Amino acid sequence: MMANPHALIEGVAITSFAIRSNHSFIYLRGEVVHVYRRLLQAVREAYEAGHLGKNIHGSGFDLDVTVHAGAGAYICGEETALLDSLEGRRGQPRLKPPFPAVAGLYARPTVVNNVETVASVPSIIGNGVDWFTAMGTERSKGMGLFSLSGHVTKPGQYEAPLGITLRELLDMAGGIREGHELKFWTPGGSSTPIFTQDQLDTPLDYESVGAEGSMLGTRALQLFDDTTCVVRAVTRWTEFYKHESCGKCTPCREGTYWLTQILKRIEGGTGTQADIQQLLDTCDSIAGRSFCALGDGATSSIVSAVAKFHEEFEQHVALGACPFDHAASALFEYGAEEAVEEPVADAAAEPEAAVADEAAEEGEGHTPDDYDGTAAISALNEFARVNDPKTEKDA
Amino acid sequence: MTYDSATLEQLAKDADDIVSRYPVPRSALLPMLHLVQSVDGYVSPDGIAFCAKRLDLTSAEVSAVATFYTQYKRRPNGEYQVGVCTNTLCAVMGGDEIWRRVSERAGVGHDETTADGKITLERLECNAACDYAPVMMVNWEFFDNMTPESALQLVDDILDGKDVHPTRGADTVADFKSVSRVLAGFEDGRADEGGLAGEPTLAGLKVAKERGWTGESK
Repeated sequence: MMANPHALIEGVAITSFAIRSNHSFIYLRGEVVHVYRRLLQAVREAYEAGHLGKNIHGSGFDLDVTVHAGAGAYICGEETALLDSLEGRRGQPRLKPPFPAVAGLYARPTVVNNVETVASVPSIIGNGVDWFTAMGTERSKGMGLFSLSGHVTKPGQYEAPLGITLRELLDMAGGIREGHELKFWTPGGSSTPIFTQDQLDTPLDYESVGAEGSMLGTRALQLFDDTTCVVRAVTRWTEFYKHESCGKCTPCREGTYWLTQILKRIEGGTGTQADIQQLLDTCDSIAGRSFCALGDGATSSIVSAVAKFHEEFEQHVALGACPFDHAASALFEYGAEEAVEEPVADAAAEPEAAVADEAAEEGEGHTPDDYDGTAAISALNEFARVNDPKTEKDA
Repeated sequence: MTYDSATLEQLAKDADDIVSRYPVPRSALLPMLHLVQSVDGYVSPDGIAFCAKRLDLTSAEVSAVATFYTQYKRRPNGEYQVGVCTNTLCAVMGGDEIWRRVSERAGVGHDETTADGKITLERLECNAACDYAPVMMVNWEFFDNMTPESALQLVDDILDGKDVHPTRGADTVADFKSVSRVLAGFEDGRADEGGLAGEPTLAGLKVAKERGWTGESK
């Protein structure tokens, strides 16, 4: 979208023509202003060239395209939350069914597709279906962008047929950074269960990744080497889901909050052995019970990390500290003596109201620091037990 | 509302432009909140009242939307929104150390503004540029592959009132209000500034060219 926004707009025009839609929207997250500038310009240019607007090139087909900037909410990547946001509301997911294809934007039939999907349409039309289906596997056809990041020599975007393996991708990307080994990685972003070296040769298609217990997801391959603390990584991911939970459903809103509390305890060295089991129990209370996939996704990295690196969680508890040197993971050098404790903000420079607001946002206003959440977690687990379909059947 | 008549007139004209982009007026609310920030530097009580009146909503309905999205600020924002990504990938690659140093230098913590009103600091959630980690953003322009040194230089330059230059983006970073106006959907004529794709974005293409691969070969 930054370098070639017209490929996307061409895809939008073709797709809209195919489904006879006269108004399409490109919903872009608001935190990438230069991409938005270029999309706005590209759409204007497309109108000026007669590719959009009334009676496009004498075809009798009309199409308007509106480029809409969001305002900082990860959940708006969920298709129905996106639709609510586009309607000028809080971006919270809708109950499905009805699915967007039946009742979507303004309750009209709506097709919602990923930008990568739509942008691939012109090349498929241009080169033909056989060209596209010749790539990929029997059931996962075509190509896609594999995004490699982290402890890899040449991070970046690698477009490849579905079914390629991480070993093959690493060959293109110059391997894991020198002197280190791959420890764990996500096949489809932070909401997918983590893999290890054992899955280096797993074909990255929907079926094979699923058979190995994860999901291909967004193909955001985040790679971490042997210097990385898996507890630290999982804790940070969980904080992200806590931050981005929309608040609509209780299991996700409360669950991600308590998961973060427990993980921070473990990472900080004040956790107990029981906390590790508590993590899994709380995940069990969220997965399959949240309103949308965000809650499920929040539990993926935790459950898979505890399964694959149980001893590392136990080590944090036993040592009462993180056994890893975080400086060793960084891509630049910095001395341990520089890494003193978190600096305290200059309170004098801050208006009182600002401090109070922050406390309220963090939800600390009503939760004393020494409260370990046992009661709330028990209540949550009880809620899950009572609402468990299996429990109902037994009763 | 306390807007003077010229401001109100311009706001009304811009709001009409935004509303005209959508089949249903309420869809204009998100860009209109960006518009309000481009005038007031945050979502002010006046701005909420203006949006409510124009879209025939209650101020409670507008506030409910404004408080859901992190880009809408509830108190006057700094001239530059400076974010350090501290989500897992960037944090592990060094984002935590960059955050520590930047916060120390600026003398403020997350969601706090320097006394001179220059910088509002933020611990960023993922900005989808993991292949450029560690990443910082200033007013939603990318600063890639940061180190503590380059991050501190960036903060010093902003505090000194110098122009700062994104790795991928416009030639210089516009101030918070100007960027908010772009996010409301008004072009600022700067789309052609800056380069095309960065090196990691083209990494796969480069390998394919070196090895003579094409889409048709399989």
